[in-house]
Amino acid sequence: MAEANLLQSAFVYLSAAVVSVPIAKRLGLGSVLGYLIAGALIGPFVLGLVGNSEAVMHTAEFGVVIMLFLIGLELQPSLLWRLRTSILGMGGLQVAFTSAFATGIGVMFGLSWQVALAVGLTLSLSSTAIVLQSLREKGIANTDAGRGAFSVLLFQDIAIIPMLALFPLLATFAPLEKGVAAGPLDALPGWMGGLAVLAAIGAIVFSGRLLLRPILRWVAASNLHEIFTACALMLVVGVALLMQFVGLSPALGAFVAGVVLADSEYRHEIETDIEPFRGLLLGLFFISVGAGIDFGLLAAQPFTILGLVALLIAVKAVVMLGVAKLFRQRSGDGALIGLGLAQGGEFAFVLFAFAQNVGVIPGTVTAPLIVVVALSMALTPLLLMAGQALMIRADTKIGTVRAPEIEAGTYDVIIAGYGRFGQIVGRVLSANGYKVSVLEHDADQVELLRGFGRKVNYGDATRLDLLRIAGAGEAQLLVVAIDDADKSLELVETARKAFPNLKIVARAFDRRHAYELMTRRVDGFERETFAAGVRLAVKSMRLLGKGAYKADRAGKLFTRYDERVLEEMFSHWADKDDAGYQRLVRDRTALEEQLIARDSASLAGRSDDDQWGEISQYREAFERDQAQMSPRD
Amino acid sequence: MSKSIIIITAHPAYHRSRANRALRFAAEGSPHVTLHDLYEEYPDFMIDIVAEKSRLETHDHIVLLHPFYWYSAPALIKEWLDLVLEYGWAYGESGTALNGKTWTQAITAGAPEDTYMPKGRNRFSIEELLRPFEATAHLCGCLWQPPFILNSSREASPAALLQAGHDFRTMLEVLARG
Repeated sequence: MAEANLLQSAFVYLSAAVVSVPIAKRLGLGSVLGYLIAGALIGPFVLGLVGNSEAVMHTAEFGVVIMLFLIGLELQPSLLWRLRTSILGMGGLQVAFTSAFATGIGVMFGLSWQVALAVGLTLSLSSTAIVLQSLREKGIANTDAGRGAFSVLLFQDIAIIPMLALFPLLATFAPLEKGVAAGPLDALPGWMGGLAVLAAIGAIVFSGRLLLRPILRWVAASNLHEIFTACALMLVVGVALLMQFVGLSPALGAFVAGVVLADSEYRHEIETDIEPFRGLLLGLFFISVGAGIDFGLLAAQPFTILGLVALLIAVKAVVMLGVAKLFRQRSGDGALIGLGLAQGGEFAFVLFAFAQNVGVIPGTVTAPLIVVVALSMALTPLLLMAGQALMIRADTKIGTVRAPEIEAGTYDVIIAGYGRFGQIVGRVLSANGYKVSVLEHDADQVELLRGFGRKVNYGDATRLDLLRIAGAGEAQLLVVAIDDADKSLELVETARKAFPNLKIVARAFDRRHAYELMTRRVDGFERETFAAGVRLAVKSMRLLGKGAYKADRAGKLFTRYDERVLEEMFSHWADKDDAGYQRLVRDRTALEEQLIARDSASLAGRSDDDQWGEISQYREAFERDQAQMSPRD
Repeated sequence: MSKSIIIITAHPAYHRSRANRALRFAAEGSPHVTLHDLYEEYPDFMIDIVAEKSRLETHDHIVLLHPFYWYSAPALIKEWLDLVLEYGWAYGESGTALNGKTWTQAITAGAPEDTYMPKGRNRFSIEELLRPFEATAHLCGCLWQPPFILNSSREASPAALLQAGHDFRTMLEVLARG
């Protein structure tokens, strides 16, 4: 591609994204669908602004690599270990069953069993890129359903490796020229290839621990921000290259590298540096998927293609739903995972090309299937919306597979959210004899606490029916201690409306959240880190030599003053008086210092003379005298 | 065997009180004395009643060292009296925990001695003003000792403070012997 052309197409891609993504987002369709539509529009079949997108697709696939690297970076090994049953179990069964069904259907359509098996295996994969991005956007990546979907996707990414190894064995016709996806190690016998794979993973783990950290430290010490970014990118590219060299999925390698660096001190820095690349390249990836949809083929045989899309989605969704049920996922979560993972994956494009090259699947079969996969990917955002709606419906129906477990009864206090914060509140109240009912929506946390012998109800506190069962009707007080700022506000509103006599106190995350809570007239709130920060300052002052009583008082004084200012600032904030707000923030610090100094001085009721010198002289004199006196005694 | 002394001391601005420091330094070196600073231990007034009781039980003599705020003591001393000297433990039926211990007030007062007289601006002598403490000691079955008084604490010369320190130390040694 000529250089002028590169700029031209960059402009086309970027403007397509800039126009369609915000529109899609505003319509509630999510950015992924926006990108896909943008791609279809500029693709060869609508506007024809960009030609064959294969080269772009190649670049864009790197976005998937970066995404998996970042996912790895956010994933502590402990979480991975906790997910082991769902990764191996749910993921394994999903791939096995889906492949089996798809193979059967292929044979019914008259394909030979080898071709049908290759097609089935390829179609069992789902789109990591689209699903994870959409889940993240919807804010359900860290729920049970999100983790379930992630586990399955992770297994699929791993499963690509044996698939690549298996395909050449299924060859029914003479391979084409040298395969694109085939690595240089393909000439080696199988066992040596396997050894190379193990060596590569080992190299990533070891160099991550021993080599990368010193390098990152060295680069970070140079204080050149862009070089650090370059270094992080180099790292991901290097891992991807190494993986390609041994014939593994670059995304998988990047994921491993991410996990290795998850507990390094540079994690956050790498994350923020690489994040923009991920977003843009993924966008590019989605656009090229959209542009790659062969509308010509679709127009030629619309019923076959659309029928196959429907069949693919139906089979995958049903199998996944069944597997999720088997693993006792809530039925709502199962619906979300099933519909969410019902599309074909981006690796299908790679595998189809590979299969064609090694002589497994003929081009006449892959061409329509590629369109089917691309269309199914384009439908994903809609399927996810349907899945989410089903999940919410299923969750609001009590008595589903994994119903909320709540002990009805009469309580004095209901605590919503029993994490780091709620537990402290709960323990203080229980220790003082109040009857406390606890609602926690994180199943893991509930299990953990029950393991410690604490009574915790399982359920989402923002749901009115569950609040009622938990005893909100009779309780005197609701403590909102959930760790999601928006949900906390939602809960305050719901509870205020439904139980007007219930007193509500809430955990505030920061100043802004405190204002929001004040707007909703909670009976009390406490900023979650404020008290601890003040206490640590008091401890610091004691270590710096201030007397305990004075340090304690200074901390209390600061607290009182800050809370008073918060009220004042709230009135400016509520009136949207930005100038007044800023002025107040500016004046605050100076006033604080004055106030504390004044209190310090008045505490003694006299001037702040330093008489330490005199006193320590006195002490020496006294001890000298005593020493002389004692022999006489 | 020598007797042990607990000095309960309280001064909210101890770092600025020369007199209190002079007396405290004098007491610190004595092997018979346990110094217990209430404002350092309970800056938030959350007195640990159980710990305070056992502290008193394990000592033979009680000394309260404090400035003579408003003819009495800093607020934390009053809080301490209110919480620690419980009915049934310090006084009342079976309240014998402090029986036989001595009780001494060690007072630092800003004004000179001659103001604590019927004609002076403080109207009463320090001994008279200390009556509530004397009555408290009496009710708890303690032997009331004449108070140790450091007058004119603000104007006192270093030499005077030094002398007061020696006097205080001597008083403590006498207590420890008896």
